[in-house]
Amino acid sequence: MDVLTLSRLQFAITTIYHFFFVPLTLGLSFLVALMETLYVRSGKELYLRMTKFWGKLFVINFALGVVTGIVQEFQFGMNWSEYSRFVGDIFGAPLAIEALLAFFLESTFLGIWIFGWDKLSKGMHAATIWMVALGSNISALWILIANSFMQEPVGYAVVNGRAVMTNFVDLVLNPNVWVMFPHTLSAGFATAAFFVMGVSAYHLLRKSHVDIFRRSFQIAAIIGTVAVVLVALNGHSQAQHMVESQPMKIAAAEALWNTESPASFSLLSIGDLTQREEVFSIRLPRLLCLLAYNRLDCEIQGIYDLQAAFEGQFGAGDYIPPVALVYWSFRVMVGVGFLMIGLALYGLFLVMGEILEERPKALKLFQWAIFLPYLANTAGWMMTELGRIPWVVYGLMTVDQGVSSIVSSGQVLVSLLGYTLVYGALMVAMVYLMMKYAKAGPESSAVGSPDVKDTLPSLVGAHD
Amino acid sequence: MDLNTLWFVLIAVLYIGFFVLEGFDFGVGILLPFLSRDKDPQAVDGKRRLMINAIGPHWDGNEVWLLTAGGATFAAFPQWYATMFSGFYLALFLLLLALIGRGVAFEYRSKDANPRWRNLWDWLIFLGSAIPALLLGVAFGNLVRGVPIDAEMNYVGGFFNLLNPYALFAGVATLLLFTLHGAIFLSLKTDGEIMEKAQATARRLWLVVVLVLLALLAATYFATDIYQRLGFNPGVVPLTGMVSILLTGFFLRKMRQGWAFVTTALAIAFSLVTAFLILYPRVMISSINLLYSLTIYNASSSPYTLQVMTVVAIIFVPLVLVYQGWSYWVFRKRLTTRSPMVY
Repeated sequence: MDVLTLSRLQFAITTIYHFFFVPLTLGLSFLVALMETLYVRSGKELYLRMTKFWGKLFVINFALGVVTGIVQEFQFGMNWSEYSRFVGDIFGAPLAIEALLAFFLESTFLGIWIFGWDKLSKGMHAATIWMVALGSNISALWILIANSFMQEPVGYAVVNGRAVMTNFVDLVLNPNVWVMFPHTLSAGFATAAFFVMGVSAYHLLRKSHVDIFRRSFQIAAIIGTVAVVLVALNGHSQAQHMVESQPMKIAAAEALWNTESPASFSLLSIGDLTQREEVFSIRLPRLLCLLAYNRLDCEIQGIYDLQAAFEGQFGAGDYIPPVALVYWSFRVMVGVGFLMIGLALYGLFLVMGEILEERPKALKLFQWAIFLPYLANTAGWMMTELGRIPWVVYGLMTVDQGVSSIVSSGQVLVSLLGYTLVYGALMVAMVYLMMKYAKAGPESSAVGSPDVKDTLPSLVGAHD
Repeated sequence: MDLNTLWFVLIAVLYIGFFVLEGFDFGVGILLPFLSRDKDPQAVDGKRRLMINAIGPHWDGNEVWLLTAGGATFAAFPQWYATMFSGFYLALFLLLLALIGRGVAFEYRSKDANPRWRNLWDWLIFLGSAIPALLLGVAFGNLVRGVPIDAEMNYVGGFFNLLNPYALFAGVATLLLFTLHGAIFLSLKTDGEIMEKAQATARRLWLVVVLVLLALLAATYFATDIYQRLGFNPGVVPLTGMVSILLTGFFLRKMRQGWAFVTTALAIAFSLVTAFLILYPRVMISSINLLYSLTIYNASSSPYTLQVMTVVAIIFVPLVLVYQGWSYWVFRKRLTTRSPMVY
C-alpha cells in the first residue's frame, strides 16, 4: 500500500479509537459532577457512594481518552506535514488554545479530584470535578473549531500558497462550529446517559444497591431523553447547514446521483459503485426537502451535477466521496439515533411510572443499549469526514496533497501496526476493568473514602 | 522584542516547564524497579505504590506542558512543527507509544491485585519514563547539532541519522539528570525506607551527573556551533547551570533536600536555555547548508496569528500557573506508609 492509503488508514483507526472514549468523558464528567453536587447540597451518603462508583468508571475511560489524544495532536505534523504547512497558520491556533485552556484544566483538576478526597472541603472537592467537566467540554469546542475550518474554511486568505488567518473571530464563529458543537456535546451526554442506564439496569436486575442505581437510572433517563432529542434537533440544523456548505456530502449521504426536485429521501439504495449509478432504490418523496430545508418543496443537487460544477471550478478530477460508506454511515447514525430516542423515552416512561424494576426484559434491553451511542458516534464522524473526501480542507486542499512527503510507507506501516496492536491490547484491559468495576458495584460504605482505607500495612520498614 | 522572538521564548518556557516538572516524575518512573527491591513481593508492591502515589496527582498535569509545547509550535511556527514531526517520525512514534503505555499504567496498575497484572504495568511505567527521557535528550541534541534539511525545509536524514554519538550522549545525560531530579523529589515527598534509599541514590548519582554534564558541555563545543555563537566563555547561562548542579551536591550533603530539588530544577532549566541560545534565531539547523535552516522568521505563522496567540497566552498562561501551583500546594505533605493509596 502507498503512503497515502496507509496514512489515511492510520488516521481513521487512531481517530475513531480516540472517539470511543471522548463522548463518555464529555457527558459522564458532568453527571459525576452533578452527583457530587447533590451530595454536597443534601449531605446524603447515597450520593457520595454514587459519585465514587461512577467516578471510578469515569477515570478508567478517561485514561484512554487522554493518552490517545496525544497521538491526535502529534500526527498532523508526523503524517500530514504538507497539510500542516498549508493550514498551520490557522489550524495550529485552536490546537494550541485547546491544550492551554482545556488539557491543563482537565488533567490538573482530575489529579486533584482523584487524590484530594481528604485534602479539600466537600464543596472545593466538588468544584474540582466541575473543572474537569468544563475542561473536557472546552477541549471539544476548540477541536471542533479546528475541524470546522476543514469543513468550511472561513476567516482566511491564501497567500503564497499557504492559508493565512485573517480573522480569528470568524474562525471561532464559523457557522459550522455552532451546529457541530451542540450536536457533539449532546451526543456525549446521550452516550453517558445510556452508559449509566445500562450499568444501573445490570444492578437493578440483580437487586444490588437498588437505592443507588434506581436514582442513577432516574437521573440518566431524564438527561438522556433531553440529550437524544437535542442530538436529533441539532443534527437537523446541521443537515440544513450542510446542504449549503457541503452539498456533495448530502448528495452522497442520500446516494442522490441526479438532481431532484422535490428531493426524496432514500430508505434503501443499492448502487453500482464502479459504474456509479443507482441500481435499485426505495425513496420517500419530498422527505429530503423537509430534512434539508424544513419545507416540502426544494431542489437538491445530485452527485453528477456537483461533480460537473467542481470540475468547472477546480479543473478535472474526481470530486465524489466514497458514496457507499457515506450513505451507510449516515443511515446507521440516524437509525441508531431514532432507536435511542425511543429507548430513552421508554426509560423515562418506566421511571415516571415507577415500574422500572418490574420489567426485567426492559432492564436487559438497557444493558445492551450501552453500545448504541458508540455506533452512532462513530458513524456520525465517518459520515462527516468521508463526506468531505477528496478534500482535506474543503475547496482548498485535497487529501493526497496533505500527506507528509518525506515519510516512507515502511515507516507508516510500522506505526500503523504498532498503534493497532497497542490500542487493541489497551482496549482489552479497559473493557476488563470496566466490566470488573461496573459489576462489582459501589462500596457498601463511603464514609471517608474507600481509597483512604487502602493503606500499606505490609511495607517493610514502616514505622508508627 | 518582536513577536517571533517572544514565541520562541514562550516555546522555550513550555519545554522548560515540561522538563522540570515531568523530569521528576520520569525520574520516579525510572527509579521504580530499583528503589522497590525487596525479598517480600508484598513489600515490593507497597514500595512501588508509595512511589507512584507521590507523583500521582501531578504526572498528567505535567505532561500537558509537552502537549502545549507541541500545540504552540504548530500555532506559532507551523514549518518547524511540520519539519520536525515528520522528520523525527519513528522517534516520535516510539515516544508516543511510551507515553500511552505509561499514562494508562498509572491509572490501571492498582485496579487489579494480580501480581502479573501489576508487574506488567510497572514495566510500562519504567519504560514509559526511561524511553521518553532518553528520546527527548536525543531530540534536543540533534536540534542543536543540526540535521540534514533541504531547501524545501524537509528533513532528508533517516531514523538512524538521529542516533549519532553526540545526540545519544545528550539523551543519556537527560536520563541521568531526570533520575537524580526524581530521586530528590522522592526524598522530599516520601518517608521511611523509600526516602532513605532515594537520598542515598541521589548522593551516589550526583557525581555521575556532574561529570556527564561537564562532558556534555565539552562535547557541545565540538558538535555544535556554540563557540562561534557564544564564544569560548559560554556566558552566564550554561555556567549557572553548572554551578546549580554543583550546589546540588552541597545541599545533598547538608540534607537540605528542598534546596537540592531547586538546584536540579535550575540545572535542567539552564541546560535547556543553553540549547535554545545555541539555536536562536534558528529553530532547526540544517547540516547541509546553514541557509536552509528554519528560523523564527521563515518558519513562523503570520504576524496576525502571532498577535492572537499572544493575547491568548497572556491571559491563560498565568491562570494555568496559578491552579497548577495550587495543586502542588494541596499535595505538599509527605506521603507516609500510612497515607491513603489511590494508585
